[in-house]
Amino acid sequence: MKKLSLPELQKICSQLRRDVLRMVHAVQSGHPGAPLGCAEFFVALYFDQLHHNPDFQMNGKGEDLFFLSNGHLSAGWYSVLARSGYFPVAELKTFRKLNSRLQGHPATHEHLPGIRIASGSLGQGLSVALGAAQAKKIDQDKSLVYVLMGDGELQEGQVWEAAMYAAHYGMDHVIATVDYNGQQIDGPTEKVMDLKNLKAKWEAFGWEVIETKEGNDLASVIAGLEKAKSLTGKGKPILNLLYTEMGYGVDFMVGTHKWHGSPPNDEQLALALGQLEETLGDY
Amino acid sequence: MSLDLKYTYTEKKDTRSGFGDGFLEAGRRNPNVVGLCADLIGSLKMGDFQKEFPDRFFQTGIAEANMIGLAAGMALGGKIPFAGTFANFATGRVYDQIRQSVAYSDKNVKICASHAGLTLGEDGATHQILEDLGMMKMLPHMTVINPCDYNQTKAATLAIAEHEGPVYLRFGRPSWPIFTPANQKFEIGKAWKMIDGKDLTLFATGHLVWEAVVAEAMLREEGIHAEVINIHTIKPLDTEAILESVQKTGCAVSAEEHQLHGGLGDSIAQTLIRHYPAPLEYVGVNDSFGESGTPTQLLEKYGLNAENIVKAAKRALARK
Repeated sequence: MKKLSLPELQKICSQLRRDVLRMVHAVQSGHPGAPLGCAEFFVALYFDQLHHNPDFQMNGKGEDLFFLSNGHLSAGWYSVLARSGYFPVAELKTFRKLNSRLQGHPATHEHLPGIRIASGSLGQGLSVALGAAQAKKIDQDKSLVYVLMGDGELQEGQVWEAAMYAAHYGMDHVIATVDYNGQQIDGPTEKVMDLKNLKAKWEAFGWEVIETKEGNDLASVIAGLEKAKSLTGKGKPILNLLYTEMGYGVDFMVGTHKWHGSPPNDEQLALALGQLEETLGDY
Repeated sequence: MSLDLKYTYTEKKDTRSGFGDGFLEAGRRNPNVVGLCADLIGSLKMGDFQKEFPDRFFQTGIAEANMIGLAAGMALGGKIPFAGTFANFATGRVYDQIRQSVAYSDKNVKICASHAGLTLGEDGATHQILEDLGMMKMLPHMTVINPCDYNQTKAATLAIAEHEGPVYLRFGRPSWPIFTPANQKFEIGKAWKMIDGKDLTLFATGHLVWEAVVAEAMLREEGIHAEVINIHTIKPLDTEAILESVQKTGCAVSAEEHQLHGGLGDSIAQTLIRHYPAPLEYVGVNDSFGESGTPTQLLEKYGLNAENIVKAAKRALARK
């Protein structure tokens, strides 16, 4: 795949944000906040980092895999999958509608290319990613396995079961990213259930931790993922703390949990789209 | 009293050993078969597989939720994971993980659940799960299997390795009569008529198939000819075999080491109500937890042995 330039990637980020807002607006349901904050991550991963094949194979042999553990970011994931060729962009208009492959939270039973496991009930994605990574190890397949989790999601105990497993088995071809936006449905994470020192926690569990402080700066996100990749194969799983802002890209949505699970109305959508250039053509 | 049993045994063994031996054999037949266990390798009899295939076996520690997720991930990567722990921890503790990552995602994961039911014995109610069949059969895509003895459990284990899709395989701890043939063919979803009869049908699953065989002989001494059907697959249920039998006999008893709510009896009742209403009596645990005791004592106290199947049979016959 030809490497895209930073400005080209920026354009995709803008389009992804438009897709997300238009999708949740159209059905007046869904979660716009976190996918807006993870636009740079999604685009960096799918258009710059992943060695992947949009001619989708469930078993993913010989290619890098990505798992979305925080499944409520589905709108962002569907957009980046469609924009990178997994399925027709026009299908985005079916999001959350009856008989759609684009379920409210990602699902496999309708065989949407790019989705390998259902997610939505939080805390399960890291375990699944590790299982897929273990299958690769058995097959001596050197490709990488990526997973994205929310920071609020880390309140689920299963995440720490998986964290322990990954270090114990030296799963050093796994790169887990935490969307560290400090927000969850009921408010800021520090008020709902304080995560305290995440870096120290993951290090104590035996992970190599990197911090990407500018999670909404595309160059920084790419640099962070490059660094993470450079640390693979050294015996430890890698955790990328990605500092993002929920709702990034729309001035009245940024930095608050209020848009976690609320769609914009007509007026708000128009205002928001006015701040985001249509670069690849709306679906 | 010496009963004229239609099936007899010379040896007793635990069904979990049937699983362990079947698992090893499945591993030899197919290199994609892998194992996971949450710190109960000895109890699940998974040690021989681990010894022979150390690179295909994963100790997960006491972390069942992670184990189910790992298994789902391995399955999507083309492996056939057998995830083993006690039935209690293999179901209730990880219901949501099974629901989302295995059943809804249609992953080829084999959930291998030992120490099910009252016959776990002295460990008591915390470990004696009696709700697992119900929980598992409610899940779309899930196949639910509960074999009756060592030989059938071994055959079932080999069969599920070749079956594509999520499976819940339930087995147990106690030493139990081996009364079905070695190297039998196990057909998922196909009930096995073990004894022909004309007066009523005894539908039994798991350890209670043996009790039904004993009950049949007891009833025969009184001139009552019961048909005995081994329902090793709870889901998909062989409704054809159930209806064919009850259309002949006119009434039935279900027997299981499980709660009445949500168990095999419920599934049979649904079938009969829809297609051929007929008297059905239940043998199972009636909305209660178990307790410590020996397997024999517990089956007696909770009404799950041959004597209670005979009593239920008479109630069913009286309603004909």
